[in-house]
Formats: sequence, structure tokens, C-alpha cells
Amino acid sequence: MSDFKTKLQDWLAKADKAAARFPERRETFTTSSDTLEVKRLYTPEDAQGDYLEKLGFPGEYPYTRGVQPTMYRSRFWTMRQYSGFGSAEETNLRFKYLLENGQTGLSTAFDLPTQIGYDSDDMMAKGEVGKVGVAIASLKDMETLLSGIALDKVSTSMTINAPASVLLAMYIAVAEKQGVASTEVSGTIQNDILKEYVARGTYIYPPEASMRLITDIFGYCAEHVPNWNTISISGYHIREAGSTAVQEVAFTLSNAIAYVEAAVKAGLDVDRFAPRLSFFFNAHNNFLEEIAKFRAARRIWSRIMKERFAAKDPKSWQLRFHTQTGGSTLTAQQPDNNIVRVTMQALSAVLGGTQSLHTNSKDEALALPTEESARIALRTQQIIAYESGVADTVDPLAGSFYIESLTDEIESQALEYIAKIDEMGGAVKAIEQGYMQREIQNAAYQSQMDIESGSAVVVGVNKFRLENEPKPDLQKINPELERIQNESLAELRKTRDNELVQAKLAALRQAAQGTDNLMPFIVDAVKAYATLGEICNVMRDVFGEYQPAQW
Amino acid sequence: MSETKIRVLVAKPGLDGHDRGALVVAKALRDAGMEVIYTGLRQTPQQIVASAIQEDVDVIGLSSLSGAHMHLFPEVVRLMKEQGSDDVLIIGGGVIPDEDIPALKAAGISEVFTPGTPLTAMSDYIHANVKDRG
Repeated sequence: MSDFKTKLQDWLAKADKAAARFPERRETFTTSSDTLEVKRLYTPEDAQGDYLEKLGFPGEYPYTRGVQPTMYRSRFWTMRQYSGFGSAEETNLRFKYLLENGQTGLSTAFDLPTQIGYDSDDMMAKGEVGKVGVAIASLKDMETLLSGIALDKVSTSMTINAPASVLLAMYIAVAEKQGVASTEVSGTIQNDILKEYVARGTYIYPPEASMRLITDIFGYCAEHVPNWNTISISGYHIREAGSTAVQEVAFTLSNAIAYVEAAVKAGLDVDRFAPRLSFFFNAHNNFLEEIAKFRAARRIWSRIMKERFAAKDPKSWQLRFHTQTGGSTLTAQQPDNNIVRVTMQALSAVLGGTQSLHTNSKDEALALPTEESARIALRTQQIIAYESGVADTVDPLAGSFYIESLTDEIESQALEYIAKIDEMGGAVKAIEQGYMQREIQNAAYQSQMDIESGSAVVVGVNKFRLENEPKPDLQKINPELERIQNESLAELRKTRDNELVQAKLAALRQAAQGTDNLMPFIVDAVKAYATLGEICNVMRDVFGEYQPAQW
Repeated sequence: MSETKIRVLVAKPGLDGHDRGALVVAKALRDAGMEVIYTGLRQTPQQIVASAIQEDVDVIGLSSLSGAHMHLFPEVVRLMKEQGSDDVLIIGGGVIPDEDIPALKAAGISEVFTPGTPLTAMSDYIHANVKDRG
């Protein structure tokens, strides 16, 4: 027996003896994914395999160690705080405040009516205008939102899915008005409809029509908006809905496979659109599991793109991602503790090699962030970047026996899920059958049960509670907003060229009934000041609305 | 209460699509021996009231995380009363600031459960407060 093996045996015996005297805190330890057991110790035996094949160098296939050769030594991740509330004017001021404070990209939160393609004065919008994000109903609102922000200098992420084509069209139109060509603008639209059916609920149309809109955007942007990330395939919401880390990777990548297949089927060359695919992950509490999750996701995706889709361009093999810290991990109790949670989560994203990051604010379990809490969240990133030193070498945690072993485990369990979904006929089928939804709901229930039983500790909630907590100051949305927004819409409908609007909407209707790429028609309608609701209603008429199966 | 199971309608009013909490509560109430009907997403107060009456429920549980609760929750109470159904227990939950709770209670929401509430607290509350509907 080798010296290593003998010594390991000796150590195991010694540790068993110690554990008999000082019992371990639990019989078994797992990560937050309860299928991943954590061993007492990891050694080189747990991190076997060929370095070049499994890790490779940063910026090289299979990109386990990162997508760029120098990573944060050259440039920090983009600090992109998700923000938006109330009116376009108010959000514009918050954008400028964050940019003045060193934020390096914009990220827009839209209110629910906007996300579901309703104008602010629609019956369905009652009570929701400006609540979880900014209300945008027409190009006029978008002009206000981006006023005084140079669109050739800043990149903008927009969390918009079902009506992504319309909001992108508005963005392009505002840029043109600023004298910035569509080839010059950069940013990201989330545009990931499959996760809406699975986890977030802001769908409009049935899957087939949604997939067409997405591939139309891929096609249009490849030609006209080459620096735009046309989709951000999102595991974030899957995780927020209660999935495990393994499920987050597996279901996100399964959805990604469905998008690539749809685009290829629509006749697009894989290397033409794949370099502009981007991803969006959650950073949760289990620090080392999260780091391993990011590394596993990159490795799996590069192999899928190279082997399954025969992509040739190395850029098509790279999984680039934005990260947001886990909203559902934040507690309404002792909200200052959330600053600490967010710091740990953000650090896991940075050590996992994220390209951009949003850190949540301490008050988000209660309301939208105040200016002060948004600033602290941004400062958290700046402290990690400028003070901690973790960004000074590329992928500092690679080589940790535990990290490598956990990466392998997450990869292997995620691949099992992906194979299962492939067998079911792919992500769209799996979603239609409610498979992903059920898996996520079961995991959510299990984690709630773990909190209730105390086997999972949430500081301040089921342990270390405080009686008589002081109440924090919370952000309030102007209660008059809905009325103001409705008046401005009425004014717009009175003053625009309504004949032109009707003509553009009719052209869009005709195109939707056929097979033309819809983007040019949507851009035309937006420029004529057709509203978001009017444009989406034309497509609702043609495509129908998605009705989920009963629970 | 008699031997019959308590019937609960778990509803998501408004446009908010986050139903993790609603689904977990629904499952927990089932495990606590109740009959639970879930409306699915994006229900108007009118639709919720229609389902509640059609299903003849004892309890309506409303869940919202979008901040629209002050508009949507009292509207459900108002419509229930309009229909002459004021013997149904109506409770709410979600991301609801403490300062909004007195107004919701004044509007007829019996109890509001905010994040961090144990599931058993909800089932215990329902057992203790469900109205005897003869």
C-alpha cells in the first residue's frame, strides 16, 4: 500500500476515534442540495482526472477556470445593480445616482404590467403600476428612462421576457434619437421565456409563439445589433422558486439546449448566434457549493456546444453569466444580517468567475431598496473588488480537493437530469408536462421543512431571534403614480399620429400571421409611439395566451 | 367543527408570478388535513371570489409579493361581502410591510402572515378561527 493510503487509513481511524469522543454536529452533512453529501475530509484522491481535460487554463476549453485568460486582473466584473421603481423619471434619477457612485452597467427592473405586456391603464394593471419595477408603456417613457444617459457609453441589461422584442425595439429607437446606431449599443435582454413557464409566471403567449419571437430576435440582432446579448438564460428564478443548485444548473442548461435547437431549426448557423448567448445564475448561501456550481455549469455547457451542437467558434463554447445574490435567502427579520449574507454570496460569484453581478439590498425581503440600502449593496461589491484581494489571481480556489470533487458531483447529477429531460423530448416538453415545476416544488417544500424542523438554520428566523426588533425605513411608491401614468398615456394617445399607429399595428398583425421576422415590424410600431399594450395585444390576438395546466 | 375537512382556496391575486410560498403553504395545509384548491397565477379579485363561492370554501388564503396587496386584498373582502358570503375566513401573506397590516385587518383580512412564519402557525390559526358555517 502506498505511503499516502497508509497515512490516510491511519488518519481515518484517528478521526473516527475523535468523533466517538466529540460527536460530530450531524450524522450526515450535505450541501444545500441534499443529494450532495459532504465528506469529513477531501484529499487528492477526490480530485482525480486529467488537469487539461477537466480544468484546462482560464480562457481555454472547457473553461472550468473562467472564460478569460486574465479574468479580474484585467477588468473587474460589471457591477450591475438591478433597479427600477415607480415612474421613468424616478428610475432615471436612481440610474444616475448609481452611475455616479461607480456602478458600471445599468440593469432595469420593469413593473409587472410592463413585463406582461399591459399598458398602465389596462384593467389588469390595477394596483401593480410601478410596484416591482418601473412602468414603461411607450417609447415616450423609454426616452424619459434613458434621458441624459449616453447609450454608446453604457451597457444596459433589461429584465424583460415575454415582451422583450418590444422593449429592445424601444431601446434601439432611443439610441437612434441620440445619434447612436443600433450597431453601437450593447446590453442584454433576459428574453428567457421557458423559465417563465417553469418558475416566474410572466409569460404571455404559448411556448411555440414565444420561441418564434426569441429566434426572430436572435436573427435580427445578429444583423442589426451585433453587440447585444440576445438572451440571458436564467437559472436565477428557478433557484428562487426553490430548486437545488444541481437543478438550477440542469434546468437552465436544458432550457438553453432548447433555444439553441430552436434557432438551428429556424435556419441560423450556431456560431452566428451562440457567442451572444448569456446566462444568469443565483448565488445562494452554501458558499463552496455555489463556487463549484458555476465551474460545473461552464464545463458542461462548453462540452454541449462543442460536442452536441458542433460549434466551431470558441466564443460559442463559453458560458458567460451574470449573477444575482439570492433574494429568497434574505430575511425580513434583522435585515442588517442580509448585508452579511449578500457579501458571502457575492464572494462566491466572484470566486466562481462571474462576468457581472448584482448584490441585493438589505431591505428587499420587505420592499424595494431605498437609496441608502442600494448604495451599501453596491459598496459590498466594491469592497470585494478593491479591498479583499480575491480578484488578484485568476480562479483562486481551483485545486481545492473539495471544490474539484463537488464540481464533478454537480456536473454528474446535472447531466443525469439533462439526459432525463432529453428523453422526455426536451425542455419544452418537460415543462409542458410539469416535470421541472414538480421537481422544484418538492425541493422548495423540503427546504421549508428543514427550516421548520431546525435542521437548516436561518439566523434571526429559527435561531438567534430578537424580540422587539426596530423597524427599518422602507422605500415607498408614490400612490398617485397610477393616475399620473394613465393621464400621460391618454395624452400620448391624443397627440400621436393615430393613423400611422394603426397602419403599423396592421402590418405587424399581418407579419405575425405569416413567417416573417417580426422585429422590423415591432421597431416600426414602437417608433410610431404604439404602446407596449397595443403591440402585445396584436400578438395576443394572433398567437393566443398561455394557459398553464391546473395545479 | 364537524368531521368534514376544512376547505381552503389558496389564491394569487394580481400579476405577481412568485408562487413558491403559496405552493408550500398549499402543501402544508394539505398535510395538516385540509382540502386545498389553488387558483393558479394572475387571478383578479372577481375570479377569486367566483372560485371561492363555487368551491364553497371555508377559508381564502391570498398571497402577494408585488406590493399590490393594499389594492387587491380588501377588494376580495368587499366582493365576498357583496355576494353575501361574510362567513369565510380570509387571510393573507407575502411581502407585506408591518405598517400595512392594521389597514388590511380593518378591511376584513383576519390575519396576515409575513416571511418567516412557521407553516404550523398558519394551520393552527385556521383551525382556531375558521367560522362554523353550520
